[in-house]
Amino acid sequence: MSNEAVLHTHSGAHDGHGDHSHEHHHETFITKYVFSQDHKMIAKQFLITGMVWAVLGGLMSVLFRLQLGYPDQSFPWLEDILGKWAKGGHITPEAYYALVTTHGTVLVFFVLTAGLSGTFANFLIPLQIGARDMASPFMNMLSYWFFFIAGLVMLCSVFVETGPFSGGWTAYPPLSALGDASPGSKTGMDLWLISMALFVVSSLLGGLNYIATVLNMRTKGMSMTRLPLTIWALFFTAVLGVLSFPVLFSGFILLIFDRNFGTSFYLSDIFVNGVGALPNEGGSAILYQHLFWFLGHPEVYIILLPAMGMVSEIMSVNSRKPIFGYMAMIGSLFAIAILAFLVWAHHMFVTGLNPFLGSVFVLLTLLIAVPSAIKVFNWLTTLWRGNIRFTPGMLFAIGFVSLFISGGLTGIWLGNSALNIHLHDTYFVIAHFHIVMGVASMFGMFAGIYHWFPKMYGRFMNNTLAYIHFWVTIAGAYMIFWPMHYEGLAGMPRRYYDYSIWESFKQFQGLNQFISLVAMIVFAAQFLFLFNFFYSVFKGRKVTTQNPWESNTLEWTTPIHPGHGNWVGEIPEVHRWAYDYGKDGVDFIPQTTPVGADESHH
Amino acid sequence: MTIYLTIAVIVLIFVVIFQISKASEYVSTLKGDETSRKQNNKINGALMVVFLVLGLFGVWYCNHILFDKTLLAHDSGSVEGARVDSMLWVTLAVTGFVFIGTQIVLFWFSYKFQEKENRKVFYFPHSNSLEVLWTVVPAIVLTVLVVIGLRNWFLFTGAPPQNAMQVEITGKQFGWIFRYPGKDGAFGKKYYKNIDPASNSIGLIWDDQLTHDDVVTEQTMYLVKGRPVKLIIGSRDVIHDVGLSQFRLKMDAVPGIPTTLWFTPKYTTAEMKEITGNPNFVYEISCDQMCGNGHYSMKGIIEVVSQEEYDLWMAKQKPYYLAAFPDKDPTNAPTVDSTKLKPVVAKAEIKM
Repeated sequence: MSNEAVLHTHSGAHDGHGDHSHEHHHETFITKYVFSQDHKMIAKQFLITGMVWAVLGGLMSVLFRLQLGYPDQSFPWLEDILGKWAKGGHITPEAYYALVTTHGTVLVFFVLTAGLSGTFANFLIPLQIGARDMASPFMNMLSYWFFFIAGLVMLCSVFVETGPFSGGWTAYPPLSALGDASPGSKTGMDLWLISMALFVVSSLLGGLNYIATVLNMRTKGMSMTRLPLTIWALFFTAVLGVLSFPVLFSGFILLIFDRNFGTSFYLSDIFVNGVGALPNEGGSAILYQHLFWFLGHPEVYIILLPAMGMVSEIMSVNSRKPIFGYMAMIGSLFAIAILAFLVWAHHMFVTGLNPFLGSVFVLLTLLIAVPSAIKVFNWLTTLWRGNIRFTPGMLFAIGFVSLFISGGLTGIWLGNSALNIHLHDTYFVIAHFHIVMGVASMFGMFAGIYHWFPKMYGRFMNNTLAYIHFWVTIAGAYMIFWPMHYEGLAGMPRRYYDYSIWESFKQFQGLNQFISLVAMIVFAAQFLFLFNFFYSVFKGRKVTTQNPWESNTLEWTTPIHPGHGNWVGEIPEVHRWAYDYGKDGVDFIPQTTPVGADESHH
Repeated sequence: MTIYLTIAVIVLIFVVIFQISKASEYVSTLKGDETSRKQNNKINGALMVVFLVLGLFGVWYCNHILFDKTLLAHDSGSVEGARVDSMLWVTLAVTGFVFIGTQIVLFWFSYKFQEKENRKVFYFPHSNSLEVLWTVVPAIVLTVLVVIGLRNWFLFTGAPPQNAMQVEITGKQFGWIFRYPGKDGAFGKKYYKNIDPASNSIGLIWDDQLTHDDVVTEQTMYLVKGRPVKLIIGSRDVIHDVGLSQFRLKMDAVPGIPTTLWFTPKYTTAEMKEITGNPNFVYEISCDQMCGNGHYSMKGIIEVVSQEEYDLWMAKQKPYYLAAFPDKDPTNAPTVDSTKLKPVVAKAEIKM
């Protein structure tokens, strides 16, 4: 089905403008900004909702870092805002664990899944493959609104009397199944599960749409091997999500049954203090972990791949040089996507897993390092003998590579079960995944925002603010997470409210204080970005040329303010791959330029 | 008051940064895009090198002040843990080399190849030999690490030596319960529905004669230096984890599914006090799996002693059976009343 046909089958909202739909929509506020079916608007909705959650999630980390950094100090203002959760100015253990749990859930799912691939898959897929919109704009809209409701439910859970869920973002039963074992596992957990179920629906609606769009709606000449790497990455991300989120959902369904209907999928041989022995027998608590991590590990790549794709694109554009090893980049994305499904049990080495099974997972886990290494070396080679422009997007792309190296290498430690048996669930793990998944993907997201902001809003963000934002954030991120490796090498367990009673771990009090202080500064620095973003939406310097970064890809052939439908008139035809930078001495050759007779082959 | 002052200062800093940024944007508009891009490029290119140098210094400094606080500063408390340590050093050498190399290359390239007017970029879309090189080399290095790792892994998770003693450890919210098999060397059966926090904390089945000499303690576990020990790990309620950082090992405690872990203590607690130079040193068992609001306080102690000290300590322990039925204790009551046994079991069964 051609793009034109797709657009026209959606009569209703689009009647009467069709191809020439730029800037003269007769849309109401509701259809344009709220229940919009324009992929660009939906992308902005995902982005801004993601930013709201990022601020809330970041604020939560600041609050629990206060406890870790200053366990003996009382902050009366905490009681003012948190009430009984901070009696006497001290965050209670219940509140601490609720904050840790909600921080994790929110950042992993709402910010780095919905906020990252929701934003950029929506924004970039139609624009870069040459389509007027998603395969199903209506489903796309539903995807956002399911995400929005999921967020609302999660927000509500923070305000229930027994508190939000507090058993860690992985929600292992029996702790998550038994309200009697932890107050957070009462109503808070019900809301958590409802929220996550809605989120899975959102994610599936979005993912199916992304896959359908990439496979079916590419413009003339845009073969799969001419796609920009962003699209390849977003495509694999969607495939991972579609195949793994249902498994997580099944795990949640069984958990709901155990919680509410007296089944024993995960429960066995349990005696709860104050309640007595429970009737459940024969269940396996480990079953949940298998179901959870079957999503949970691909989830890591759902978060990371979009960042990798965007970094590849931004790095090539700003090095004025083709991405090195385009096919190897696709191949390594593919390898990572396949392996992502085959390594989940490396989160479970110390659960009593069959040692032979464990050894298979060691092998497959360390195998992932090979495609990861290929990607890193290819990025480095892309920089080599380039002509680098340090746009803010480029800085964050370079920062991404640095963080991906640092965090990826510690994966080699943790993926090896004989070291994992020592380092599992210590701060070493916290350092590892925050650097490689959290901060690195966040950098990918920042890179994407700075790079495509001119396309989103027709204005530039302020460069100076962006540079300050970058340098403070990368230095701060390393200062926060690098020393945590040392805490991990001392065996310091994660998710502890207070270390002062531990002879083995209390020597890090000073360090914890330092980390908390830096965390607060870095959190504050993010407001530079937020301010820059919202100020520039309205008051930023206007974009005056169609292609401000002198880039090859299709989104820069649209008008500065593309309307619903993206291109005025025909969708351009594609004649070449996206990376002809510096070819035959020409700075850049857009994808729409036909191959010349005397052009060299690569 | 101070809080308002702090907020005021922060806001002020933000305003200043914003004004400077705004002004610099006006200036760059006046100068033109080209010129201002070149200027920004120079500054950021220089900062790349500054960041690299300060970063590497920071890595060294961080190691300098924190190394002594980690476990690597002294020997492992267990024979097996020493293998973890040596493997850790090998992995550190490999990853450390790659880390420093690639970070230098990344930031140096960024600096070196920053935009220059007369630079002609090298159109270099791919090179099979390079790509094969950095596929094969990491694959070989990783194979070496996998082989080292799996040899250790199968040792750690394999069968313990014949002479290993056995101790059962059960996690509960929020503490640890230890059980020793007693003189007969065998654990009696248990069933969770028999649990009574006051008299039968892990639900031993008193009908099983083997339970009668089992010793149950809390707080502190006693182990013998040089004698392998196999821990039989269980949980009474939610998932816990027996974290033995000084021995470099850990294993989850899962309700309904027993797990095991064995190791050989290498130094007594007293010796370790000297090795670490810390007179308060103790081997701690930390719960390493989120288990509820008291997770952070779920602590156990392991006291590693010599065989003689251990025997002396064990001789003082009373079987749990006698604690549950004081009248069966020959030192307490001369008469043995076997009918007492039944009501307790019945009581436990009612809870079903």
